[in-house]
Amino acid sequence: MTALPPPPKRKLGLVIDLDTCVGCHACVTSCKEWNSQGYGAPLADVDAYGDNPLGSFLNRVHAFEVTPAEPEAPPQIVHFPRSCLHCDDAPCVTVCPTGASYKRADDGIVLVNEDICIGCGLCAWACPYGAREMDPAEQVMKKCTLCVDRIYNDALPEEDRVPACVKACPAGARHFGDIADPDSAVSKLVAERGGFDLMPEQGTKPVNKYLPPRPKDRLATQAAPMNRDAAVRPEGGFLGWLDRALERL
Amino acid sequence: MHPAPSLIVFTTLSGLGFGLLFWLGIGLPEKTGFMAFVLYALGYGLACAGLLASTFHLGHPERALRAFTQWRTSWLSREAVLAVATLLLMAPHAAGAVFLSTPLPVLGAIAGILSLVTVVATAMIYASIRAVPRWHHWSVPPVFLTAALAGGALLAGNLLWAGLLLILFGAALALHWAIGDTRFAAAGSNAGTATGLGRIGKVRLFEPPHSGDNYLLREMVHRVGRKHAGRLRVLALLLGAVLPAILLMLLPGSYWLAGVAAALHLAGVLASRWLFYAQAEHVVGLYYGR
Repeated sequence: MTALPPPPKRKLGLVIDLDTCVGCHACVTSCKEWNSQGYGAPLADVDAYGDNPLGSFLNRVHAFEVTPAEPEAPPQIVHFPRSCLHCDDAPCVTVCPTGASYKRADDGIVLVNEDICIGCGLCAWACPYGAREMDPAEQVMKKCTLCVDRIYNDALPEEDRVPACVKACPAGARHFGDIADPDSAVSKLVAERGGFDLMPEQGTKPVNKYLPPRPKDRLATQAAPMNRDAAVRPEGGFLGWLDRALERL
Repeated sequence: MHPAPSLIVFTTLSGLGFGLLFWLGIGLPEKTGFMAFVLYALGYGLACAGLLASTFHLGHPERALRAFTQWRTSWLSREAVLAVATLLLMAPHAAGAVFLSTPLPVLGAIAGILSLVTVVATAMIYASIRAVPRWHHWSVPPVFLTAALAGGALLAGNLLWAGLLLILFGAALALHWAIGDTRFAAAGSNAGTATGLGRIGKVRLFEPPHSGDNYLLREMVHRVGRKHAGRLRVLALLLGAVLPAILLMLLPGSYWLAGVAAALHLAGVLASRWLFYAQAEHVVGLYYGR
């Protein structure tokens, strides 16, 4: 049923630290790898080594340039992983005509039942974040499952019961946990670092949070204002004499 | 958004078919026998052709029956249910008129109203998508509704109504364009809110996540069709509303001319539907610097 469940007690999700993400795409490849061998249809690639490769991914890493509003602050590059935010008010769920798209009542994970998905693509239209991609081979909608086949998997050692992207991140930029529990490690992280929602104006109430990049160090511009003329115009000594001599020529 | 031919044909033909069925349902005109057969066949044919075209958009059309189940939340599901309910309810009224010369006016009127509700449901599939600000507005259903009513009146031969509704369709279209052009800015989404980095400063895409194409770019960040948008708008308005209305005013009462007007109107509606998709900007484009 594509009606949203009552607000779940637990809200499993990711907290992504934009300060430490180095943009290595390890989360992208580990996600593709894990989700091509277990739960649901494998994430296909079409013409992978040809002129026009096209594949489905559940996670994509963009890079943005941010120029701070305050003067003299240096621009910074922010690597930005983008995936399903498992929204509380998920518009992708309610538009689904078949009931294939659903939000779990016990942990809030948004999933697709691929056996009844008709591949109409309306849920991908409804998602503001581009979190859903139609699989080019299976023609069903693919999306982040929060590695539901890992996190509850008793066959795995306990330290591996996290989403593949979290496990793979070499920078520790991805955190997994219960966002609804104020005492969870992820909730504390969000509170400490000022975690935020993406596009709150779209009214989706995302579960996943992003942590802002810390401000960059500044050059000591106020302490010693640099005399640029002095730096290029030596006054005394041999260089000073050479400078004046060349000017007179 | 990608202007998929299957969706343009779906919304245009099913709109026209249900528009015609509305007029036949309320008994304008009240035909019987062979003339009724031709009109009902045209109405059912157009509506079914449109619905059939929509299944070409599906990855798994063999599962299409599943789309009738989620009418509580999904406008796409509601549209499917309403379309089939209309066609079934209209059938006894149509059969009575064609074979027994006894239409069932009450049932016909109910099915006629349902035809219009179906058209509104089609429009609501789009108007309910908040991530496409141009569509997420009350100005969308009037465009679909007036197009269906005007086209249906032309085919049904209600030429006085057709003239009036063509003008209303032109006005609804112009209003939707004027408002639609301001919708993206009004939605308040930009690269700053999409990344949440707007709180720090000015945000610009530095590097996209992939150098090739993907589903998102093909489906939702499609920009090819916007090249001749200005000219297409004039063409859509002229063909879809102004020229047919003028034709009806010049030679009122000529059914032959109404056919020409209907053909022009159909071409104009097709052009306007192309623009409806091609000009719609999805907020996911913000992640791709567009």
